Amino acid sequence: MSVTTASPQSAPMRKRVTRFMSDYPLVPLIALLFILILILQIMSPGIINERWMANTVKFAIPLAILAACQTLTMLTGGIDLSVGTVATMAGFIVVTQSVNHDPAVAMLIALAPAIIIGFVNGIGVGVFRVHPLIMTLGTSLIGVGCLQVYQRTVIAGGTKVPDFLNWLGTGVSYGLPNALLLFVPLAALIIYMLRSTGFGRLLYAVGDNENAARLAGVHYWQVITALYILSSVLAGIMGLLYMGLIKAPSLSLAEPLVLPSVAAAVIGGTSIFGGRGGYTGTMVGAVILTVLTTLLTILQMPEGARRILFGLIVLLVTAAYLRIVEDR
Amino acid sequence: MMRLLRREGWVVGLLVLFIVLLIVAKLIQPNYGANDFISLVRAVLPFAFAVAAQTVAVIAGGIDLSVGSMMALTSVIAASLMNGASESYALFVVPFVLLVGFGLGAFNGLMIVVTRVPDIVVTLAMLFVFQGAALLVLQAPGGASAEWLKNLIVGPISIPGVPVVVTAFIPNALIVLAIALCAVWLPLKRSHLGLSIYAIGSHELAAFRSGVPVARTKILAYAFSGLFAAMGGLALTMSTGIGAPIPGPYLLASVAAVVLGGVTLGGGKGGLMGPIVAVFVLRLVRTILTLLAVDPNVTAIFEGTIMVSVVMLGAYLAMRGSRMP
Repeated sequence: MSVTTASPQSAPMRKRVTRFMSDYPLVPLIALLFILILILQIMSPGIINERWMANTVKFAIPLAILAACQTLTMLTGGIDLSVGTVATMAGFIVVTQSVNHDPAVAMLIALAPAIIIGFVNGIGVGVFRVHPLIMTLGTSLIGVGCLQVYQRTVIAGGTKVPDFLNWLGTGVSYGLPNALLLFVPLAALIIYMLRSTGFGRLLYAVGDNENAARLAGVHYWQVITALYILSSVLAGIMGLLYMGLIKAPSLSLAEPLVLPSVAAAVIGGTSIFGGRGGYTGTMVGAVILTVLTTLLTILQMPEGARRILFGLIVLLVTAAYLRIVEDR
Repeated sequence: MMRLLRREGWVVGLLVLFIVLLIVAKLIQPNYGANDFISLVRAVLPFAFAVAAQTVAVIAGGIDLSVGSMMALTSVIAASLMNGASESYALFVVPFVLLVGFGLGAFNGLMIVVTRVPDIVVTLAMLFVFQGAALLVLQAPGGASAEWLKNLIVGPISIPGVPVVVTAFIPNALIVLAIALCAVWLPLKRSHLGLSIYAIGSHELAAFRSGVPVARTKILAYAFSGLFAAMGGLALTMSTGIGAPIPGPYLLASVAAVVLGGVTLGGGKGGLMGPIVAVFVLRLVRTILTLLAVDPNVTAIFEGTIMVSVVMLGAYLAMRGSRMP
């Protein structure tokens, strides 16, 4: 290292590289993704094919949608830990309601609790100024309770995954998963919203400096309430999609994805303190985590060692990323 | 007296609430007595240590999402070390496990300081690491606990010369809890380090400029958090007699009790007493709902609603207080 910094020509080169990486933070992330895929290919040659890619995308999409909730809320300095419960509720309600109702009606019924929980979250955080972590944990506790009571009432009715969700969740046409039909417009909408609409700018403004935003005439509670409702609805949609993918109704359907969704947003470069980040990084983060999970599954390791590696890698990637971005 | 009331108003209020709830329990179930109180305290014990662990981290301006998995890890270490070992061997196991907890916590703090990643993300990653380590130590629930350790938290205390009527209401578990917490917390709070922990929680930059060694204080704060978590792990092994590698619902409960106990997320304010009383209140509410023969699933709704509304009320009062000084 001392050699490279000593030579006059390589020093600016090094600087230029770090400068480039901090200007385009997506580049190192995508590089990391390709390194992971390369390792995967070396570990078990021939695994990288069309089917594998379709499968990876299929499992990355639900995670990416949940991570969108985290990205949006984290931009304002918040976090939404109720997404797992909301998604589970939506998934569970849709399979139980579509026994008696039309699938479209069932889906609308399934999204109703999402809107209610999002509204309560928004009022708690925006009006009463409760810490988002506590507020969303609390509502998710209530949601789990409601879901358990609901389960009692419908247990005899049986379940049925609507054909449409089945097609959307697991179907593949022309080598591409059908879930992309939902995800691509959704992601485009989120990115467009964050970059070019007033609401998106407000999120950054509130997260960057709440007092300044307030003094500039932003109605804080309205922004926050709309944000948490949006986050909950996204989680609800993810629940519907995930139910089509997993096809096994359970009361902990999306719960295991909550913490990885936070990790995906953080790896993607969204600051947990607000005001910085975006959705493109988050999507790459979600794919990285999915590939990482596959990689750790292929390594013949005990479950415990896999979890240790997962945690350490998330931490290392986040630390390295922060260094690159802040090293200006 | 008034000054004490004003300063400790929140804790006193919680204590009053706890006593009211005890009376309610007695009214609902006239048989509710010493034995039920003892089992309540026994059930609270691991929760109380988890809450203590969370409190230290929150006062230092952070949050520790890995509390539950740290408890699971220390619990399986204790249970597998004591498995098939002699009774006196446990005398070495207990300090060793506490030391491990201290080390795990210090590792948390070290990672936060070295990587400069926010506390919540570091402890989230560590949650997976500790959980994985616990699974490596013990695949399935198992192990054993020394008999004397198990008996330590069973039944009421017996003091010679004091009538049984009085001692019947003082569970051994409560004594263990009080001694363990006081032995660590009181010296800590009065020490230079304790002051520094409050200082970095209240305003890190100001603390740094006043000459507080921020990095060292943060690492030590998380180390003490880990120490409490190890006590929680031991309490788990003591009350169940085994160790389980999958963490219980301690993370959510600890955060809830910390907030109910008047410790503000963001740090620098509050003490240990409030959260501990709060966790007793939360558990007692659960007992009362069970006594009322409420469906256990509805209990979760009640708990969540209570937590959310109390937190909203607290935030609302704080807001009004800051607006009208």
